[in-house]
Amino acid sequence: MADIVVKTEDVVKEYRMGSNILRALDGINIEIERGEYISLMGPSGSGKSTLFNMIGALDRPTEGQVYIDGQNMSQLSQRQIAAFRCHRVGYIFQSYNLLHVRSAHGNVTLPMIFAGIPEKQRNEKAEQLLDLVGLGDRMYHLPDELSGGQRQRVAIARALANDPSIVLADEPTANLDTITGREIIDLIKRLNTDQGVTVISATHDLKMLDVSDRIVDIRDGLVERVRNRDEIDIEVGEVGGEGH
Amino acid sequence: MQQRTPIEEQIDLPFVESLRISFQSLKIRFGRSIITTAGITLGIAFLVSVWTNNEIGLALQESGRQSAINTFEETTEKGISTKDIWLIVMSLIVCVVGIANSMLMAVTERFREIGTMKCLGALDGFVVRLFLLESGFQGFSGALIGALIGTLGAVLLGLKDYGLDLFFYFPLLPAQPEDGTMRLGVIVVILLGCILGMILAVIGSSFPAWRAAKLPPAEAMRTEV
Repeated sequence: MADIVVKTEDVVKEYRMGSNILRALDGINIEIERGEYISLMGPSGSGKSTLFNMIGALDRPTEGQVYIDGQNMSQLSQRQIAAFRCHRVGYIFQSYNLLHVRSAHGNVTLPMIFAGIPEKQRNEKAEQLLDLVGLGDRMYHLPDELSGGQRQRVAIARALANDPSIVLADEPTANLDTITGREIIDLIKRLNTDQGVTVISATHDLKMLDVSDRIVDIRDGLVERVRNRDEIDIEVGEVGGEGH
Repeated sequence: MQQRTPIEEQIDLPFVESLRISFQSLKIRFGRSIITTAGITLGIAFLVSVWTNNEIGLALQESGRQSAINTFEETTEKGISTKDIWLIVMSLIVCVVGIANSMLMAVTERFREIGTMKCLGALDGFVVRLFLLESGFQGFSGALIGALIGTLGAVLLGLKDYGLDLFFYFPLLPAQPEDGTMRLGVIVVILLGCILGMILAVIGSSFPAWRAAKLPPAEAMRTEV
């Protein structure tokens, strides 16, 4: 039996815009296996970021259920949801979302502070993680003193702070140039293969295709199709040729 | 789908950790903190100067002195005149609105930060506590400086009006003269100014922080200022 880590059942999300109701998700059903690298693809406004928020417990669905590790997210208490965000998931955002008042090191230690890890231990872990993402020499710089690629590396290190089983990445390369974007994708892929982290990424970056195990195409709030990696190999050749 | 390790409950952070994070935040955001604090300082300085000026006026009246230059009707009356009450109420309103506004702005521009902290596992209560600590400190220090500036202003004005007599009859402590109006005294006015500044700063910041902390993180991070 497949080890399903994320499952959504008829997830609907509506936003009220004045008197209009915008249906961002219109009944999404997907299952994601442990250790997979999944890309949620679709044009802007397709609902992929909304789905990303539902899976990461960053927003509540209007209807339907999200199960993570077999837990129905709607049945969790506030404290459990906070613990879930702290321990089970690592988030990477398009705009990095680093706290600009804390250094790279301070950003990476924050989730560990919330997890109650002792100071010495969390400092060591932060150093290790920043080394891992190649920022060992810029640990005590503030985010404003780092380039876009470096900031995203800090965000990746921060996402890994509490050894999550799922990494959620929302357009992680959208604000980066092609080469830096490639490096970030490689780094995330390495986490996926080396550490067995499940990666769920909302993206419309075609470079993400060749590292994904499956691609879920989202359009108008619905799953349009799900493609396996072998079905997309040909397209990747073209993309690789274009990018370099 | 099989059930795996149940999701545990998030722990509360020790108080000292919140204190450290809030002070760090104030320190690094020093320039911005100063502007917010200046808003509190100005509000309280205005209120305390008007109030203290009034206290001085009352004390000097009771001593039988009159302003060297002002002999308008209201200063010859016993007790607080309507104009004085009006001035104090107006300065109180300016102070409340000014402080609430500067705290509100300071919190609103940090909605994204609140959303991010929640993504990393912060409890709603922790977020509110951070803002409580930050604004409490800003409120107290801003209000204390404001109260001292306000008192100094009122003393200078008093010197102009009453000359050195001011120091002989300076209303430092509360007093209830016979058939006179109860006077609070300058120390109590300063103290009340500090408490008011702190309470306003804390309410002005904790209420929006609490509202932001209640939002799902995705919504808090979407907020544009």
